[in-house]
Amino acid sequence: MNLILFTFIVLLGFTSYYFGRKKAYTIQSSNKRLTALPQFYGYYLAIWCAIPAFIIFSLWAIFEPTIVKLLVLSDYSNQGYLDDELNLIYEKTKSLSRGQFTGEITPFIEASAEKYLSLRSIAQSSKAVIVLSIIIASVAYAYKRISSNSRTREPVEKFLNAVLFTASLAAILTTVGIVFSLIFQTIDFFKVIPLFDFVFGTHWYPAKAFVRDSSEALDPSMYSDTFGAVPIFAGTFFIAFIAMCVAIPIGLMSGIYLAEYASSKVRQYAKPLIEILAGIPTVVYGFFAALTVGPFLKELGTSMGLEVSAESALAAGGVMGIMIIPFISSLSDDVITSVPQSLRDGSYAMGATKSETIKRVIFPAALPGIVGSILLGVSRAIGETMIVVMASGLAANLTLNPLESTSTITAQIVVILIGDQAFGDPKTQAAFALGMSLFLVTLCLNIVALRVVKKYREKYE
Amino acid sequence: MNKNKEQLLNKRYKAEQRFRLYGLSAIFMALLFLTIFIFKIFSTGYTAFQKTWLIVPVTFDAELMMLEQNPSNEDLKDADYYDIALKSMADLDPNANEDQENELKRMVSYFFEKEIKNELLNNPGLIGKTKEVYLTASDDLDQVFKGNYPRDLPEDQRRVSDYQLKIFDQLVAKGKVESKFNISFFTYADSREPELAGIASSFMGSIFSILVCLMIAFPVAVLAAIYLEEFAPKNRFTDFIEVNINNLAAVPSIVFGLLGLGVLLAIFHLPRSTPLVGGITLSLMTLPTIIIAARASLKAVPPSIREAALAMGASRMQTTMHHTVPLSMPGTLSGTIIGLAQALGETAPLILIGMVAFVNTIPGSPMDPAASLPVQIYIWAESAERGFVEKVSACIMVLLGFLIIMNLFAQIIRHKFEKKWS
Repeated sequence: MNLILFTFIVLLGFTSYYFGRKKAYTIQSSNKRLTALPQFYGYYLAIWCAIPAFIIFSLWAIFEPTIVKLLVLSDYSNQGYLDDELNLIYEKTKSLSRGQFTGEITPFIEASAEKYLSLRSIAQSSKAVIVLSIIIASVAYAYKRISSNSRTREPVEKFLNAVLFTASLAAILTTVGIVFSLIFQTIDFFKVIPLFDFVFGTHWYPAKAFVRDSSEALDPSMYSDTFGAVPIFAGTFFIAFIAMCVAIPIGLMSGIYLAEYASSKVRQYAKPLIEILAGIPTVVYGFFAALTVGPFLKELGTSMGLEVSAESALAAGGVMGIMIIPFISSLSDDVITSVPQSLRDGSYAMGATKSETIKRVIFPAALPGIVGSILLGVSRAIGETMIVVMASGLAANLTLNPLESTSTITAQIVVILIGDQAFGDPKTQAAFALGMSLFLVTLCLNIVALRVVKKYREKYE
Repeated sequence: MNKNKEQLLNKRYKAEQRFRLYGLSAIFMALLFLTIFIFKIFSTGYTAFQKTWLIVPVTFDAELMMLEQNPSNEDLKDADYYDIALKSMADLDPNANEDQENELKRMVSYFFEKEIKNELLNNPGLIGKTKEVYLTASDDLDQVFKGNYPRDLPEDQRRVSDYQLKIFDQLVAKGKVESKFNISFFTYADSREPELAGIASSFMGSIFSILVCLMIAFPVAVLAAIYLEEFAPKNRFTDFIEVNINNLAAVPSIVFGLLGLGVLLAIFHLPRSTPLVGGITLSLMTLPTIIIAARASLKAVPPSIREAALAMGASRMQTTMHHTVPLSMPGTLSGTIIGLAQALGETAPLILIGMVAFVNTIPGSPMDPAASLPVQIYIWAESAERGFVEKVSACIMVLLGFLIIMNLFAQIIRHKFEKKWS
């Protein structure tokens, strides 16, 4: 139904474009000067068709469900139902009208389902009538209005500009959406669990906070000592640290080699090959870490008389490090190549060898950029999910032994939210609180890193 | 004194060589990881493209099938195949007792009844006759035949019994076990049984998600890039937009999953586990990538083009839409494809919006519940059955294949169609 209406409106849009252009030609043929190219007259009319259609469609989408709900539930008013019960009745009605209802069908609900369906169809047809008549009226009005000296290009371009501007707001809307989706759950979470317990508690055991019955009163003592995030934060930074121990030396050295030593031929092949590592999906790394690296380290440890968990932090962190190598190598490669040649020439002229030049001149000059790239790498390591979910433990141990298993923020979010979630449950809210802390930490890292890199670029431009 | 100098120089040269060696070995290490990685995936995965079949003689006994004389096609469809299926498996060993008959039955997949039925439906003249039918071997025997399963374990630690192995070896000796290309891996949906599990549903799920993602992210990102690069005044607000875009590009993907869960599912009540929600979530994630690529390629269009158009009397909008944007398209498109390739490999956000649900039907639209290829990898990797290990690797190979194709495509667009200005 909506689809047919939509196609019809699109067709109307094309027709109004056609009429607008035709009117421009008639004006032209009566030997009057046009103020814009004929197609702008067409666009002008098409916009007069699109804007009212858009407004009515959005108004309908906002108000129709509420009004239908009010009308359907008006049968139940004065019968002493609570709001929750009314909502439940309405949900049942809707699922019955879709034919997906499983359960006992009472005559009441059947009647409201019928009412719901008839209201929906009335709403749909009245929408069609209203949209079409308003569109035709507005296009006709605009058609009458355009004359030889009316402006059409300016309004069309203004409209386009507005569309472009709206599109550019998408990035802000996404950020707002992220903050919005995280903040309410987080606030609810901290209403039950004190912030202090979350930040400084050392026991993380969310499974203890089982889904409670909604009628049961909230008992905060039930949750005491279950949501202490210290082990999670420690595990996150620990695994990120292991990852950076792998990624920084290898990434930085290969970046330096590619920028300073490699012949153009080696560079041409080695650079894209290393960057393949960045293109491999993280779930593949996770599988590799869980199936190959974990058992390998365990066997190696056993042969050396060490006790190594099959889900050790070392396996997850090491594989994560491999994943981050290309980020650090390409960024530091870029940074080093943008160091001005004059610095190198000066150093060579003083008799320094290449490596001395790199270590004493280029590296200090490129340091801010390199630090920025490392910070971006850290932010990626902290936010990495699949490797940790698959290769590291799911129980939160507070440990600094890389051979034991630990858990991270991201892994805990997945563990809590996989499967069905009950909103309003402290366990679910805990995941959002973790997400909030993850977002804030990575946000700070990103802002600092991007600033540093930008400053550095400006210095040598 | 002179000797000292020479020693120092030698030391410095040695340090130089050492440094160079560090660099070279760093690159070597990175490439070594890549090689091990690819080798490991291929060596565990290639067997999944073969499937083991047992060739078993089946007697299509009309009585056992509860069929009357001259049955119609409808009758054949409704007939009872379980008994003849069971009987043909039990006939492999005439001396089998009841327990052993059960074990014989478990040598093939639970699908064997359907396979026998299909055989008869394709060839209704078989009633009352005996024919050898290809039956899918159980995943354990499949693994034994491929040599992935250690046979020398004690029997109680094995999922295949000694008796099953004995009969299986007899069949192998008679040449009644065959390995053929595994078509069902590409045409079946997910299953709890490794021998029947395929990637069709997750593949379609991936395709639908990527299409939704493309349809949303591409237009919005291109329009946003045009505004920011060509029209935006330089002020605080546009700076703020820019900071936002750069930040979003580095926000962990799982946060987008929380956004999808907290806004799309909880507030807008879009259907759970569907590629529609997955695609929207992924589009928010790829948006900054495409915006950044599109802006870079708009920036690369030389100002002389714009000046020429403006000098001819075109408005700024006309200049942009008729000249700058078309010239920037190759760069934008290749950036888009790379963004989509990233989205295709993304797992965590899809898990959060419920695309990990077990789906054994092939989705027909973005509104049907589905998994996606990377999520399928995750689901299978978490399963205990040995048969899933090779499936995971094979699924990874398919996914990597697609990523390679997409990246090559992006490269080709970039090199073939991009104008070089200089």
